[in-house]
Amino acid sequence: MAETRRKKVLVQRHSAVTRLTHWINLAAITLLLMSGLQIFNAHPALYWGQKATFAQPWLSMTAVEQGDAYRGVTQIGPFSLDTTGLFGASGKAGQEVARGFPAWATIPSYRALVDGRHWHFFFAWLFVLNGLVYLAFNLIGGHVRHDLLPPRDQLSPKHLWREILDHARLRFPKGEEARRYNALQKGAYLGVIFVLLPLMVLTGLTMSPAVDAWQPWLVHLFGGRQSARTIHFICASLVVAFVVVHVVMVLVSGVFNNIRSMVTGKYAIEVEGDAR
Amino acid sequence: MSADANRRGWLKAMAASAGGLWAAACDKINDDPKVQQVLQSAEGLTRRTQRALIDRMALAREFAEADISKDFRANGSISPGDADYRTHLLGGFKDYRLVVDGLVERPLALSLVDLRAQASRTQITRHDCVEGWSSIAKWRGARLSPLLDRAGVKREARYIVFHCFDTLDPEDPKAGKYYESIDLVDAHHPQTILAYEMNGQPLPVGHGAPVRLRVERQLGYKQAKYISRIEAVADLAPFGRGKGGFWEDRGYEWYAGI
Repeated sequence: MAETRRKKVLVQRHSAVTRLTHWINLAAITLLLMSGLQIFNAHPALYWGQKATFAQPWLSMTAVEQGDAYRGVTQIGPFSLDTTGLFGASGKAGQEVARGFPAWATIPSYRALVDGRHWHFFFAWLFVLNGLVYLAFNLIGGHVRHDLLPPRDQLSPKHLWREILDHARLRFPKGEEARRYNALQKGAYLGVIFVLLPLMVLTGLTMSPAVDAWQPWLVHLFGGRQSARTIHFICASLVVAFVVVHVVMVLVSGVFNNIRSMVTGKYAIEVEGDAR
Repeated sequence: MSADANRRGWLKAMAASAGGLWAAACDKINDDPKVQQVLQSAEGLTRRTQRALIDRMALAREFAEADISKDFRANGSISPGDADYRTHLLGGFKDYRLVVDGLVERPLALSLVDLRAQASRTQITRHDCVEGWSSIAKWRGARLSPLLDRAGVKREARYIVFHCFDTLDPEDPKAGKYYESIDLVDAHHPQTILAYEMNGQPLPVGHGAPVRLRVERQLGYKQAKYISRIEAVADLAPFGRGKGGFWEDRGYEWYAGI
């Protein structure tokens, strides 16, 4: 029997449109997040419903005076946490100032709601137009159907359980199986592309009183303008959580190979083949 | 100090200086006028898109009595110290006259009694502050549209400017008094009223006594309080820094739709 050996082959993984829109999206989401936190800092409290209930936010970041500085307190429902340095009050140790999110997380670093709005709405347009380009190419081109929708074999409970165990052990598909995304990966991508990001846009739009007069059903669907603001915040937090997991996965599953595939499009996989 | 605490202190200092450098770099980009110009180019796109899509006569949602906020926040000026305002306030606004002038055929000077005799409208609407919060109140006031018809707005007028009693930033001598402006489409919208009642009571000082503007479908800073004079104009350039309002002069959007 001929000896089979593993050999590396480069396969085309990402189209030019996917690669380009991916990096534009990274820039847009980074600046949307930083400017969004600047806007949030103008009123660092969240409510449910149409109107604010100032005495009872479900989440708030407040500053409590303590000598020359402030102590940051984050309150979530009935729980109160000391978050000095991060939420509620931050800055040089001993000279903390009152602010929701810290200076390094917002653009600009100082408090300027007007600038935050300008950054936010500029990059909102870039984000939406970039997303539409991505969707147009990948819905019509079949990337979503072929590469993101999991086929039946990936959805069996047995397969999913094995994937969860593999992820927990940081073992990633090799060989032929590495030609496609795994089911958890597909689920994460689909959830972000078709649920989280559209929700970000729609809840963002319903914070506009003009949009609410024009399409009142949308803000009604979210349960009111303050609920829409809350959902906007939660979805943004989930996008951040996704990015953290995404970057960790990129790092632990072959960082050079992954980044190359999103830059040049080529991804190396090991296949069994004749030694030639 | 133990080696561990030493290392922790060192790491903290490193993180702080990296954060400081990062923030300084971000601020340098933010403060570049060219960057600001590019960012604000999106504003024109947003305004034109809103104007193209949104029916400007669409009504803002009106709520039920049960939805009214018990804790409606008073923002901006909440107790103007301006001398003429204090005099009116002490006199119970008996000598107050709402002046309607500028590009009109028949200038008006209306007392609160006159204003209350005008065609009125009552509406329970949501006030959306640019900071992110919302409150709901019931407003009763004179509809602006018939009032302007009574004054006879001249053909060359394009905007209505609302002059206010309050100096929002008394620290800044150049800031001037609060003012706002809307175009004639918004001025003739059925929900655009000069409110003199809030939740069935005369308008409280914190919310703009004796008269404030309600131009629903726009953000809170458009809802000018403490109105002293209404002026029909052809151009916004002569007022403040020329952008059509106190906050507009400080970079906020004139159409205030988002």
